[in-house]
Amino acid sequence: MKRFLSLLLVFALGGLMISYLYQSDLIPQYGFANVAESVSHFYINKNVNGGTILPDFGSSGFETAAANIVTSIVANYRSFDTLGEVTVLFVSALGVALLLGATQTKRLTTSFEANFILRVGSKALFAIMVMTGLFIAIHGHLTPGGGFPGGSMIASAFLLLYISDDHYRAKIKNLKFLEGIAGALYVGIGLVGLFLTGYFLENFLNVGTIGELFSAGIVPIVYVLIGLKVGSELANIIDHFLTEEEA
Amino acid sequence: MLINVLQIIVGAILLVTGLLAIESKSIIKSVIYLSLLSMMSVVAFVFMKAPDVAITEAVIGSGLVTALFVFTLLGMKKVGENK
Repeated sequence: MKRFLSLLLVFALGGLMISYLYQSDLIPQYGFANVAESVSHFYINKNVNGGTILPDFGSSGFETAAANIVTSIVANYRSFDTLGEVTVLFVSALGVALLLGATQTKRLTTSFEANFILRVGSKALFAIMVMTGLFIAIHGHLTPGGGFPGGSMIASAFLLLYISDDHYRAKIKNLKFLEGIAGALYVGIGLVGLFLTGYFLENFLNVGTIGELFSAGIVPIVYVLIGLKVGSELANIIDHFLTEEEA
Repeated sequence: MLINVLQIIVGAILLVTGLLAIESKSIIKSVIYLSLLSMMSVVAFVFMKAPDVAITEAVIGSGLVTALFVFTLLGMKKVGENK
Protein backbone atom coordinates (compact mmCIF):
# COMPACT_ATOMS: atom_id res chain seq x y z
CA MET A 1 0.00 0.00 0.00
CA LYS A 2 2.79 2.39 0.94
CA ARG A 3 4.66 1.69 -2.29
CA PHE A 4 1.48 2.10 -4.34
CA LEU A 5 0.83 5.47 -2.72
CA SER A 6 4.38 6.65 -3.36
CA LEU A 7 4.12 5.55 -7.02
CA LEU A 8 0.87 7.47 -7.33
CA LEU A 9 2.49 10.55 -5.76
CA VAL A 10 5.46 10.37 -8.13
CA PHE A 11 3.23 10.07 -11.17
CA ALA A 12 1.04 12.97 -10.02
CA LEU A 13 4.04 15.24 -9.42
CA GLY A 14 5.68 14.23 -12.71
CA GLY A 15 2.46 14.81 -14.64
CA LEU A 16 2.07 18.23 -13.03
CA MET A 17 5.64 19.22 -13.92
CA ILE A 18 5.44 17.98 -17.51
CA SER A 19 2.08 19.62 -18.16
CA TYR A 20 3.37 22.90 -16.72
CA LEU A 21 6.59 22.81 -18.75
CA TYR A 22 4.76 22.06 -21.99
CA GLN A 23 2.07 24.71 -21.69
CA SER A 24 3.92 27.61 -20.12
CA ASP A 25 4.94 30.53 -22.29
CA LEU A 26 7.89 31.25 -20.01
CA ILE A 27 9.70 28.06 -20.98
CA PRO A 28 10.25 27.54 -24.71
CA GLN A 29 10.24 24.15 -26.43
CA TYR A 30 13.48 22.19 -26.24
CA GLY A 31 15.81 23.54 -28.92
CA PHE A 32 13.59 26.50 -29.83
CA ALA A 33 14.74 29.16 -27.37
CA ASN A 34 15.22 32.61 -28.87
CA VAL A 35 18.79 33.44 -27.85
CA ALA A 36 18.68 37.01 -29.17
CA GLU A 37 16.15 38.00 -26.48
CA SER A 38 18.00 36.58 -23.49
CA VAL A 39 21.25 37.52 -21.78
CA SER A 40 23.15 34.54 -23.27
CA HIS A 41 23.24 36.45 -26.55
CA PHE A 42 25.82 38.81 -24.97
CA TYR A 43 27.90 35.91 -23.70
CA ILE A 44 27.97 34.36 -27.19
CA ASN A 45 29.12 37.67 -28.70
CA LYS A 46 31.71 37.84 -25.86
CA ASN A 47 30.84 41.42 -25.00
CA VAL A 48 28.19 42.49 -22.50
CA ASN A 49 28.34 46.10 -23.70
CA GLY A 50 26.98 45.27 -27.14
CA GLY A 51 29.92 44.33 -29.34
CA THR A 52 29.18 43.31 -32.90
CA ILE A 53 32.38 41.45 -33.92
CA LEU A 54 31.62 37.84 -34.86
CA PRO A 55 33.52 35.63 -32.41
CA ASP A 56 35.71 33.14 -34.21
CA PHE A 57 39.03 31.42 -33.66
CA GLY A 58 41.89 33.85 -34.25
CA SER A 59 39.86 37.04 -33.84
CA SER A 60 40.50 39.43 -30.98
CA GLY A 61 39.14 42.59 -29.40
CA PHE A 62 36.57 41.04 -27.05
CA GLU A 63 35.74 41.55 -23.41
CA THR A 64 36.64 37.93 -22.65
CA ALA A 65 38.46 35.70 -25.12
CA ALA A 66 37.58 32.31 -23.61
CA ALA A 67 36.58 29.98 -26.44
CA ASN A 68 34.42 27.96 -24.04
CA ILE A 69 31.35 30.09 -23.24
CA VAL A 70 30.61 28.12 -20.06
CA THR A 71 34.06 28.95 -18.69
CA SER A 72 33.74 32.61 -19.61
CA ILE A 73 30.61 32.70 -17.42
CA VAL A 74 31.87 30.49 -14.59
CA ALA A 75 35.33 32.01 -14.16
CA ASN A 76 34.80 35.56 -15.41
CA TYR A 77 31.27 37.02 -15.34
CA ARG A 78 30.04 34.89 -12.42
CA SER A 79 33.37 34.32 -10.71
CA PHE A 80 31.99 35.41 -7.35
CA ASP A 81 29.50 32.52 -7.51
CA THR A 82 32.39 30.16 -8.19
CA LEU A 83 34.16 31.51 -5.09
CA GLY A 84 31.03 30.62 -3.13
CA GLU A 85 30.96 27.17 -4.70
CA VAL A 86 34.58 26.56 -3.71
CA THR A 87 33.66 27.70 -0.19
CA VAL A 88 30.80 25.18 -0.08
CA LEU A 89 33.23 22.41 -1.00
CA PHE A 90 35.64 23.68 1.66
CA VAL A 91 32.92 23.59 4.31
CA SER A 92 31.96 20.03 3.37
CA ALA A 93 35.62 18.96 3.58
CA LEU A 94 35.72 20.65 6.98
CA GLY A 95 32.66 18.66 8.07
CA VAL A 96 34.28 15.39 6.97
CA ALA A 97 37.44 16.32 8.88
CA LEU A 98 35.41 17.14 12.00
CA LEU A 99 33.51 13.85 11.87
CA LEU A 100 36.24 11.45 10.77
CA GLY A 101 39.46 13.19 11.74
CA ALA A 102 41.52 11.81 14.61
CA THR A 103 45.00 12.42 15.94
CA GLN A 104 46.15 8.80 15.70
CA THR A 105 45.03 7.16 12.48
CA LYS A 106 45.94 4.04 10.57
CA ARG A 107 45.06 2.78 7.13
CA LEU A 108 41.87 0.83 6.53
CA THR A 109 43.15 -2.65 5.73
CA THR A 110 41.67 -4.69 2.91
CA SER A 111 41.95 -8.44 2.76
CA PHE A 112 44.14 -8.72 -0.34
CA GLU A 113 47.87 -8.17 -0.71
CA ALA A 114 48.88 -6.04 -3.71
CA ASN A 115 51.55 -7.64 -5.90
CA PHE A 116 54.51 -5.91 -7.55
CA ILE A 117 52.95 -5.32 -10.98
CA LEU A 118 49.81 -3.76 -9.51
CA ARG A 119 51.81 -1.37 -7.33
CA VAL A 120 54.20 -0.23 -10.10
CA GLY A 121 51.48 -0.07 -12.77
CA SER A 122 49.20 2.02 -10.60
CA LYS A 123 52.07 4.45 -9.95
CA ALA A 124 52.55 4.88 -13.73
CA LEU A 125 48.79 5.37 -14.12
CA PHE A 126 48.85 7.92 -11.26
CA ALA A 127 51.22 10.16 -13.25
CA ILE A 128 49.04 9.92 -16.36
CA MET A 129 45.87 10.71 -14.40
CA VAL A 130 47.41 13.73 -12.67
CA MET A 131 48.65 15.02 -16.02
CA THR A 132 45.19 14.57 -17.58
CA GLY A 133 43.59 16.41 -14.68
CA LEU A 134 46.03 19.31 -14.95
CA PHE A 135 45.55 19.38 -18.74
CA ILE A 136 41.79 19.66 -18.35
CA ALA A 137 42.19 22.39 -15.71
CA ILE A 138 44.71 24.37 -17.79
CA HIS A 139 42.67 24.10 -21.01
CA GLY A 140 39.40 24.96 -19.24
CA HIS A 141 38.94 28.13 -21.31
CA LEU A 142 39.44 26.27 -24.63
CA THR A 143 37.80 22.86 -24.26
CA PRO A 144 34.96 21.41 -22.15
CA GLY A 145 35.96 20.80 -18.56
CA GLY A 146 37.84 23.06 -16.21
CA GLY A 147 38.92 23.33 -12.62
CA PHE A 148 36.27 21.19 -10.96
CA PRO A 149 36.51 18.06 -13.18
CA GLY A 150 40.30 18.44 -13.42
CA GLY A 151 40.64 18.64 -9.66
CA SER A 152 38.37 15.62 -9.21
CA MET A 153 40.56 13.71 -11.65
CA ILE A 154 43.65 14.53 -9.56
CA ALA A 155 41.79 13.31 -6.46
CA SER A 156 40.77 10.06 -8.17
CA ALA A 157 44.45 9.50 -9.04
CA PHE A 158 45.16 9.61 -5.29
CA LEU A 159 42.26 7.21 -4.76
CA LEU A 160 43.91 4.77 -7.20
CA LEU A 161 47.11 4.79 -5.13
CA TYR A 162 45.09 4.25 -1.94
CA ILE A 163 43.25 1.28 -3.48
CA SER A 164 46.28 -0.42 -5.00
CA ASP A 165 48.65 -0.19 -2.02
CA ASP A 166 47.54 -1.11 1.46
CA HIS A 167 50.26 0.89 3.22
CA TYR A 168 50.09 4.08 1.15
CA ARG A 169 49.37 7.39 2.85
CA ALA A 170 49.44 10.68 0.94
CA LYS A 171 51.39 13.56 2.48
CA ILE A 172 48.24 15.19 3.79
CA LYS A 173 49.98 18.15 5.39
CA ASN A 174 51.43 19.24 2.03
CA LEU A 175 48.03 18.83 0.37
CA LYS A 176 46.40 21.01 3.03
CA PHE A 177 49.10 23.64 2.51
CA LEU A 178 48.53 23.56 -1.28
CA GLU A 179 44.78 23.93 -0.75
CA GLY A 180 45.18 26.95 1.50
CA ILE A 181 47.65 28.63 -0.85
CA ALA A 182 45.40 28.07 -3.89
CA GLY A 183 42.33 29.44 -2.12
CA ALA A 184 44.20 32.47 -0.81
CA LEU A 185 45.63 33.21 -4.28
CA TYR A 186 42.11 33.06 -5.77
CA VAL A 187 40.87 35.69 -3.31
CA GLY A 188 44.12 37.64 -3.86
CA ILE A 189 43.50 37.80 -7.61
CA GLY A 190 40.01 39.06 -6.86
CA LEU A 191 41.43 41.78 -4.59
CA VAL A 192 43.97 42.84 -7.25
CA GLY A 193 41.05 43.20 -9.68
CA LEU A 194 39.21 45.25 -7.06
CA PHE A 195 42.12 47.68 -6.69
CA LEU A 196 42.95 47.96 -10.41
CA THR A 197 39.49 48.11 -12.00
CA GLY A 198 37.08 48.75 -9.14
CA TYR A 199 35.24 45.41 -9.18
CA PHE A 200 36.00 42.23 -7.23
CA LEU A 201 37.37 39.44 -9.48
CA GLU A 202 37.25 41.69 -12.58
CA ASN A 203 39.63 40.71 -15.37
CA PHE A 204 42.71 42.99 -15.33
CA LEU A 205 44.98 41.22 -17.84
CA ASN A 206 45.15 41.44 -21.62
CA VAL A 207 42.56 39.03 -23.05
CA GLY A 208 44.40 38.23 -26.29
CA THR A 209 43.11 36.07 -29.14
CA ILE A 210 40.36 33.43 -29.02
CA GLY A 211 41.73 29.88 -29.18
CA GLU A 212 45.25 30.49 -27.86
CA LEU A 213 46.48 28.95 -24.62
CA PHE A 214 47.54 32.29 -23.17
CA SER A 215 44.30 34.15 -23.63
CA ALA A 216 41.19 35.17 -21.68
CA GLY A 217 43.12 37.11 -19.03
CA ILE A 218 42.72 35.77 -15.49
CA VAL A 219 40.38 32.89 -16.47
CA PRO A 220 43.05 30.16 -16.94
CA ILE A 221 44.93 31.28 -13.81
CA VAL A 222 41.77 31.17 -11.71
CA TYR A 223 40.75 27.80 -13.12
CA VAL A 224 44.15 26.21 -12.47
CA LEU A 225 43.97 27.49 -8.87
CA ILE A 226 40.45 26.07 -8.51
CA GLY A 227 41.67 22.74 -9.94
CA LEU A 228 44.54 22.50 -7.43
CA LYS A 229 42.26 23.49 -4.55
CA VAL A 230 39.50 21.02 -5.46
CA GLY A 231 42.04 18.23 -6.09
CA SER A 232 43.83 18.60 -2.77
CA GLU A 233 40.53 19.02 -0.90
CA LEU A 234 38.99 15.87 -2.35
CA ALA A 235 42.25 13.97 -1.73
CA ASN A 236 41.93 15.04 1.92
CA ILE A 237 38.36 13.71 2.03
CA ILE A 238 39.51 10.41 0.49
CA ASP A 239 42.28 10.11 3.08
CA HIS A 240 39.74 10.68 5.87
CA PHE A 241 37.45 8.01 4.43
CA LEU A 242 40.18 5.40 3.99
CA THR A 243 41.79 5.78 7.40
CA GLU A 244 40.40 4.83 10.76
CA GLU A 245 41.02 5.75 14.33
CA GLU A 246 43.67 3.68 16.06
CA ALA A 247 42.06 1.81 18.88
CA MET B 1 16.00 10.40 -35.88
CA LEU B 2 18.66 7.97 -34.66
CA ILE B 3 19.55 10.42 -31.88
CA ASN B 4 15.90 10.54 -30.80
CA VAL B 5 15.68 6.75 -30.60
CA LEU B 6 18.96 6.59 -28.66
CA GLN B 7 17.72 9.30 -26.28
CA ILE B 8 14.57 7.29 -25.56
CA ILE B 9 16.64 4.13 -24.96
CA VAL B 10 19.02 5.98 -22.61
CA GLY B 11 16.08 7.51 -20.75
CA ALA B 12 14.49 4.08 -20.30
CA ILE B 13 17.78 2.65 -18.96
CA LEU B 14 18.02 5.63 -16.58
CA LEU B 15 14.54 4.93 -15.22
CA VAL B 16 15.16 1.18 -14.87
CA THR B 17 18.54 1.59 -13.13
CA GLY B 18 17.07 4.22 -10.80
CA LEU B 19 14.26 1.85 -9.78
CA LEU B 20 16.73 -1.02 -9.37
CA ALA B 21 18.96 1.16 -7.18
CA ILE B 22 16.00 1.85 -4.89
CA GLU B 23 14.55 -1.64 -4.86
CA SER B 24 17.59 -3.96 -4.71
CA LYS B 25 18.03 -5.73 -1.39
CA SER B 26 21.81 -5.57 -0.93
CA ILE B 27 23.42 -2.15 -0.50
CA ILE B 28 26.48 -2.89 -2.65
CA LYS B 29 24.20 -3.71 -5.61
CA SER B 30 22.40 -0.39 -5.05
CA VAL B 31 25.73 1.44 -5.23
CA ILE B 32 26.66 -0.31 -8.47
CA TYR B 33 23.26 0.53 -10.01
CA LEU B 34 23.76 4.15 -8.94
CA SER B 35 27.13 4.14 -10.71
CA LEU B 36 25.46 2.73 -13.83
CA LEU B 37 22.85 5.50 -13.60
CA SER B 38 25.66 8.08 -13.54
CA MET B 39 27.29 6.52 -16.60
CA MET B 40 24.01 6.61 -18.51
CA SER B 41 23.35 10.21 -17.44
CA VAL B 42 26.76 11.09 -18.92
CA VAL B 43 25.47 9.83 -22.29
CA ALA B 44 22.25 11.79 -21.77
CA PHE B 45 24.20 14.99 -21.03
CA VAL B 46 26.26 14.52 -24.21
CA PHE B 47 23.01 14.17 -26.18
CA MET B 48 21.78 17.41 -24.63
CA LYS B 49 25.02 19.12 -25.79
CA ALA B 50 26.42 19.76 -22.30
CA PRO B 51 29.96 18.30 -22.43
CA ASP B 52 31.10 20.29 -19.38
CA VAL B 53 28.46 18.68 -17.17
CA ALA B 54 29.14 15.29 -18.77
CA ILE B 55 32.85 15.37 -17.84
CA THR B 56 32.08 16.40 -14.26
CA GLU B 57 29.41 13.73 -13.91
CA ALA B 58 31.75 11.06 -15.33
CA VAL B 59 34.51 11.88 -12.87
CA ILE B 60 32.47 12.54 -9.73
CA GLY B 61 29.27 10.53 -10.18
CA SER B 62 30.60 7.26 -11.48
CA GLY B 63 34.17 7.49 -10.16
CA LEU B 64 34.72 9.19 -6.82
CA VAL B 65 31.30 8.78 -5.21
CA THR B 66 31.05 5.08 -6.07
CA ALA B 67 34.54 4.38 -4.72
CA LEU B 68 33.79 6.28 -1.50
CA PHE B 69 30.51 4.36 -1.02
CA VAL B 70 32.20 1.02 -1.65
CA PHE B 71 35.02 1.74 0.78
CA THR B 72 32.65 3.00 3.45
CA LEU B 73 30.72 -0.27 3.08
CA LEU B 74 33.99 -2.22 3.37
CA GLY B 75 34.88 -0.25 6.49
CA MET B 76 31.59 -0.96 8.24
CA LYS B 77 31.40 -4.05 10.42
CA LYS B 78 28.32 -6.21 10.42
CA VAL B 79 26.36 -6.54 13.67
CA GLY B 80 27.67 -9.48 15.65
CA GLU B 81 30.99 -9.63 13.84
CA ASN B 82 33.70 -9.60 16.50
CA LYS B 83 36.83 -8.17 14.91
